[in-house]
Amino acid sequence: MALLQISEPGMSTAPHQHRLAVGIDLGTTNSLVASVQSGLARVLDDERGRALLPSVVRYLADGGVSVGYEAQARQSEDPQNTIVSVKRFMGRGLKDLDKSSIPYRLLDEPGMVKLKTVQGVKSPVEVSAEILRLLRGRAEHALGGELVGAVITVPAYFDDAQRQATKDAARLAGLNVLRLLNEPTAAAIAYGLDHGVEGIYAVYDLGGGTFDISILRLSKGVFEVLATNGDSALGGDDFDQRVFCWVLEEAKLPPLNPRDTRLLLSKAREAKEYLTDHPEAHITAVLSSGDIVDLRLGLDDFNRLTQGLLNKTLAPTRKALRDAGLEAEEVQGVVMVGGATRMPCIRHAVAEFFGQTPLTNLDPDKVVALGAAMQADVLAGNKQTGDDWLLLDVIPLSLGLEVMGGLTEKIVPRNSTIPVARAQEFTTFKDGQTAMGFHVVQGERELVADCRSLARFELRGIPPMVAGAARIRVTFQVDADGLLSVSAREQASGVEAAVAVKPSYGLSDAEIANMLSDAHAHATDDLKARALNEQRVEAQSLLAALQAALALDGEQLLAAEERGAIETGMEALRRLSEGSDHLAIRAQVEALNRLTTPFAQRRMDRNVRRALAGQKVDSLGI
Amino acid sequence: MSITITERAAQHVSNFIAKRGKGIGLRLGVRTTGCSGMAYKLEFADAEQAGDLSFESHGVRVFVDPKSLPYLDGTELDFVREGLNEGFKFNNPNVKNTCGCGESFGV
Repeated sequence: MALLQISEPGMSTAPHQHRLAVGIDLGTTNSLVASVQSGLARVLDDERGRALLPSVVRYLADGGVSVGYEAQARQSEDPQNTIVSVKRFMGRGLKDLDKSSIPYRLLDEPGMVKLKTVQGVKSPVEVSAEILRLLRGRAEHALGGELVGAVITVPAYFDDAQRQATKDAARLAGLNVLRLLNEPTAAAIAYGLDHGVEGIYAVYDLGGGTFDISILRLSKGVFEVLATNGDSALGGDDFDQRVFCWVLEEAKLPPLNPRDTRLLLSKAREAKEYLTDHPEAHITAVLSSGDIVDLRLGLDDFNRLTQGLLNKTLAPTRKALRDAGLEAEEVQGVVMVGGATRMPCIRHAVAEFFGQTPLTNLDPDKVVALGAAMQADVLAGNKQTGDDWLLLDVIPLSLGLEVMGGLTEKIVPRNSTIPVARAQEFTTFKDGQTAMGFHVVQGERELVADCRSLARFELRGIPPMVAGAARIRVTFQVDADGLLSVSAREQASGVEAAVAVKPSYGLSDAEIANMLSDAHAHATDDLKARALNEQRVEAQSLLAALQAALALDGEQLLAAEERGAIETGMEALRRLSEGSDHLAIRAQVEALNRLTTPFAQRRMDRNVRRALAGQKVDSLGI
Repeated sequence: MSITITERAAQHVSNFIAKRGKGIGLRLGVRTTGCSGMAYKLEFADAEQAGDLSFESHGVRVFVDPKSLPYLDGTELDFVREGLNEGFKFNNPNVKNTCGCGESFGV
């Protein structure tokens, strides 16, 4: 029998019409599922009352799959079939990864990396789907019905490929994705910061193995990610490692076997966690050699040991603020996310850095999932309309097209709120051109080579026309999840081509985070490069037109010395185009234009005469 | 004529209302819908409405519209946990048959 939950006034659902929706924090180390019940967001526990699900999937030889704690426990005995931290592989190609630290058998294929397991080849999407499927089952069991959908969180710096992969995994797990939500945005929602009017917020997220700092701006209910930064190899585990090293030193231990290493590492973690509420912790262990470790770790010692790690989080924080063009004092609130932010030393350092007490009253492990659940509740239609939040995300990097000369034409600028659709008209470059290639790119830089390639497609069947006469309308559409589709349509004939962006893979976290700051750092270089390429295109276009005209009418309309002068001018322009002085190219383009004006006039006169020859005046309809 | 709430249910209701930040109590009612003819309504109450009957147990006020009351008279609202699922349950003596889902009933 289904149990009832309290609804908002007037929002009771008809029987069998529950709009059960969940929020899922699909994490690198741990995943969670949460839902809003009786107006209150809560994380759904497993049968044993555990909220966290380790993001570990083990493929068994008998065809079974185990997910979570059980898989985690077998990690060391079956490393090749036990996949941990699969999130790092989502939407990534083999060349993006640092192979040295990966114990899996990776397949060398184009596109997303694949893993060879005892059950055959698995993609990161399939592995993630196993985690999502288990969470879906847990939620349906706990809520007593089928889910209408889920909001799944992703890091703010995830690109299209990584977002698409996450969405695919959800579909594979039988989940209807209501929205992909940026993790820092979810955390801010959980604290109800979206109910504020305006403000700048920082989200400090120190997880087991990664650190992310995001600066968000809230205006009119819209969270905009101003800057993100972080360290993909810094987390709570590093603090354990420091304590572990200290134990080795203090107890003067020889190099340990793997079992003792694991034992001491878990003792180190326990000590770290104990120090959250106590001034000192005891570390005692009996090693397989019979040696006994018995040490006392004071909070001061711990703080001294980990000071360096702490500073490693503050440097990216400073950088993110600088990228956002803000001072620490301008931040109105700081949200703490991730289990490692329970450490008092972290809280003190963050409080000191921002000059205010960070928000910590929600469980930092759960805050992202809770925010996602609240968003899911709204999207599933369980809130009164008046209560509806206008919560929009923005696209993190500009989307555009490559135009002649390897330049980027931005169609959808960065920070546009999504969903969004933008269109722009383009034309042909050459006479009689019947096909056009489109290269969709993502990034802030002026040159295509510095941006990220997302997709290429072709529009064929353009009716032959002189250069510049065709009108091709290109439409960019970004849906609510930040995923892109691009279509091109020739207006006269109606021929059309489209691409549902099949993103090419090839960017690491750090690169994505750096793209924005790069764009600022290279602004002047980019401007020069753009000017140069524009002039080159101009020069090429002029040379091509002249070449064609000379071949056609050069003989007839030009004296030998006139033709000689034009050809010398063309040669000079060709030479200059290969150089990098855009002003010189422009000067020569202008000179050549002046030089060839008489020639152009003669051609025009002759063409008019030819067109009119033998026609009666009244038949011209003048 | 009365409707009661168990102490456990009252605790959860108070907790939910506190977290929600507003509300004067709980509104119970029935609607004619569902596979067995009737369905329960369980909502937060933000204001008392004209004609409402109100009851109080364990510090929680319960509002019922007069049309619903005959179907609910003698009902006890409980909060139970069944496996992973937890939620409210109506123990209603007027019910003659329920549909398997428990959300809909006949009198």
